[in-house]
Amino acid sequence: MDRPRRGRAARHQPARQPRPPRPRRRADPRPARGAAARPGPARARPAPLDERPALPGPAARRLASLLAESGSELLPQWLGRARDRGFALPPALVPSLLDAARQRSDLRGDAVALAGPLGRWLAGMNPDWRYVLRLPSADEDAHPEARAGADAVWQEGLFAERVTHLTRLRRRDPAAGLALLRSTWRTERAEDRLLFLDALQEGLGAGDEEFLEEALADRAKNVRATAAELLSTLPGSALSERMAARARLAVAVGPEGGLVVEPPAACDTGMQRDGIAPVSPTGRGDRAFWLGEVVAATPLSCWTELLGAPERALALPTAPEWADELHEAWARAAVRQHAADWARALLALHQGRGTSGTQSRLLSVLPSAERAAWTARFVLEQGLAEAFQLLVTCPPPWSEELAEAVLDALARAAAAGAYPWSHSGVLGVAERSLPFAAAARADALAEASSSAWAEVFTRLATTLRTRSAMLAELA
Amino acid sequence: MDDRWTAEHVLSLSPDAASRKAAAELGTADPWSGTGANETAVWGACRGSGSRPYRTVVALDGPAYHCSCPSRKFPCKHALALLLLRSAGELTGAAAPDWADAWLTARRQHADGAASPTASATGPADSPTPAPARDDAAAAARRRRREARVAAGAAELQARLEDQLRGGLADAPTRGQAFWEGVAARMVDAQAPGLAARARELGALPASGGSWPSRLVEEYGLLHLLAAGYQRVDALPAPLAATVRARVGFTVDNAEVLGGGPLIRDRWLVLGSRDSADDRLTTRRLWLHGARSGRLALLLSFGRPGVAPELALPTGLEVDADLAFHPAARPLRAALGSRYAAPVAPTAPGPVGVTLDAALTEYARALGEDPWLESWPTVLTGVTPVPTESGWQLVDATGAVPLRTASLWRLVAASGGRPVTLFGECGHRGFSAVTCWTEAGSLPL
Repeated sequence: MDRPRRGRAARHQPARQPRPPRPRRRADPRPARGAAARPGPARARPAPLDERPALPGPAARRLASLLAESGSELLPQWLGRARDRGFALPPALVPSLLDAARQRSDLRGDAVALAGPLGRWLAGMNPDWRYVLRLPSADEDAHPEARAGADAVWQEGLFAERVTHLTRLRRRDPAAGLALLRSTWRTERAEDRLLFLDALQEGLGAGDEEFLEEALADRAKNVRATAAELLSTLPGSALSERMAARARLAVAVGPEGGLVVEPPAACDTGMQRDGIAPVSPTGRGDRAFWLGEVVAATPLSCWTELLGAPERALALPTAPEWADELHEAWARAAVRQHAADWARALLALHQGRGTSGTQSRLLSVLPSAERAAWTARFVLEQGLAEAFQLLVTCPPPWSEELAEAVLDALARAAAAGAYPWSHSGVLGVAERSLPFAAAARADALAEASSSAWAEVFTRLATTLRTRSAMLAELA
Repeated sequence: MDDRWTAEHVLSLSPDAASRKAAAELGTADPWSGTGANETAVWGACRGSGSRPYRTVVALDGPAYHCSCPSRKFPCKHALALLLLRSAGELTGAAAPDWADAWLTARRQHADGAASPTASATGPADSPTPAPARDDAAAAARRRRREARVAAGAAELQARLEDQLRGGLADAPTRGQAFWEGVAARMVDAQAPGLAARARELGALPASGGSWPSRLVEEYGLLHLLAAGYQRVDALPAPLAATVRARVGFTVDNAEVLGGGPLIRDRWLVLGSRDSADDRLTTRRLWLHGARSGRLALLLSFGRPGVAPELALPTGLEVDADLAFHPAARPLRAALGSRYAAPVAPTAPGPVGVTLDAALTEYARALGEDPWLESWPTVLTGVTPVPTESGWQLVDATGAVPLRTASLWRLVAASGGRPVTLFGECGHRGFSAVTCWTEAGSLPL
């Protein structure tokens, strides 16, 4: 077999006697012995066995059909639930899952966890799935030696993977996360430093103050500002004390009992070092901007000591030219410091006015039940046109009250002859967040609507039923 | 009820991925009403987009389907969803409604009246459908005329091949395509579609990668051998003559085979199926293995372009049925006769296969009997897909062959680097995998 193989037909005379010849080359597809003599790679070790319970059959078929349609809306929810339940996937579905997560990086965490040891084993053979090896594996918490491998992500991973890794590490061990960030801090690019710094929000604590104080002297302005913002949310940090001192100079209780506001007259080096820009970037006056920055970074406890409960503080008569500025800054502080009492009081002031980014940010500080109730009231009074941002902050499944409010508003829009597509944002959130029981109501609305809206409500009902069936399969 | 088909068996009947998905979505009790099942059939009404629900009934012994929906897919999503409900044990009724009964009864009467009750495989679209033999003399004359034309075509083909060989291979990549297209058209005129197809492939061969000259000469030789064989077809042993005729393009009607040949009744395990489509028709290959006879069989079924062929059997189940083999040097293609029961799960978990070495020996033997064979259907046991420098290979203790499959990673994942049982076609270009068996059951690739 080592001599050059020749096609059988070349040796074979065109047959006058069609006696089947001995078709040597054609009968043997094995690699020629010469090729086999080259040492090929040793046979790969088999994949480690997966100890998790097998996915139930209906759920497996559901996953197969979700993977078959690209960009499925339901896939993220399915993966999250299946991961929480700790199932092992049917091996034959793992390749399509890894392909899907390659296209959509938002799926990667859940997909890699679900693919488990088989996924990592496959990724070792297919460069398309290299990302799997860069993500920390599910069992790294159990095996310290796996952690060393996970730290390779920090050295070699893509930026998004490094952020994920840092965030997870902070969740588990804030000090280790900080140490990891410090180890490469000087060599990171400015825009990366900014986002890594953001990741420190996870598990932020007193141990981070020293590092953040150093970052106040960073070369990049955005990094300085972010460090200052983080420090201002650290209760008792030196920066928030400095800000509180400045704030008390700017805002005081006057002889009439009202608030006297005297914004900073200049932005001194100390203020600049604490992340306040010397020139207003917002289009407001410099002094108004400085006032806002100082108050937003001041611990709210400082005001409760000075003025009493937030409702009372907000009710105090205030110099009209600074009142908006002050309230806006308090709102920012309430969001930064997750102060539900202040957020509640500030939202009460907003009630009945159009929405704004401020409102949805304040909402996100409230407990979710309260958030839903507030949003339901808003939808009832204002309709859906402005409600999208608020609805997004309400975690699924929505309360009955909120679901009713949204469906009522959609019914009103349908009756008024609005275009369905002008509500596509709200409909998208509703598909993801309505409780399954709302399907019956959506059916009834479909019955009562004209064609375009009937189709919208039918699709809404179908999606809700599908989601309900999907989660039941994973129960 | 242990003969219930699993959902995987049902889904292996789907004509395409979209049907699989649609069926899985309809496979909940929600849109259905009046569903039920007995030993031989399942039925139900499914709410669709129209005002009247679709009425669906499936006879399990086919399986054969009837549905009032307008879908051109076969089986339609409603029939598949009904079968899924059955595998989930969610069909309650036991008495078939009148409309279902009417269809089932009509089907039974038709079956009793027809010679080949469920043979739905028809010849390719281009084959002359044999008229009832009203006039044997005229038919024989027509056949003689066609044989003479084919013989003339074969002689012409031999001459063309010899010209090509004399002229050398240097021009093949540039001028070959057009030249062989022309020859193929001549062979179609000569009513030898088999020769035409092989000639057309010669035109594309130089573009198919390295070592093409030796492969081209090999194909020249094989085609020359076929043309020469046809010139002397009457002098050949009958089985070899049948093979030569079939390869040249004479089709034998399934009904004729069922009427003429011995019927072999067996429990036929469905090893797998493959659809391939060209611009003229969709071809479905279904491979079976007889539990008692140990024989392999290939059923062909055809459909119009874009329409799934009618014959669908669930991979991994056993069908108790009569088969009649088309005459050939190496009989493989068969016609499906009476089916005696609905497909059931086999007693053994999977088919019993052979080593790679034994498979190659078997293929070589098959090639000795029919030199034009591309491959031979084979079940391998204990083979592992392994990546090597020259691509993926199947490996066992007796050797290695190149692995060819459209869904490589599904197979690799299912095996996890451990030996599996694999059905596919073992041929001179390696092993082309169709179905894989692991402890979890059968997996169509």
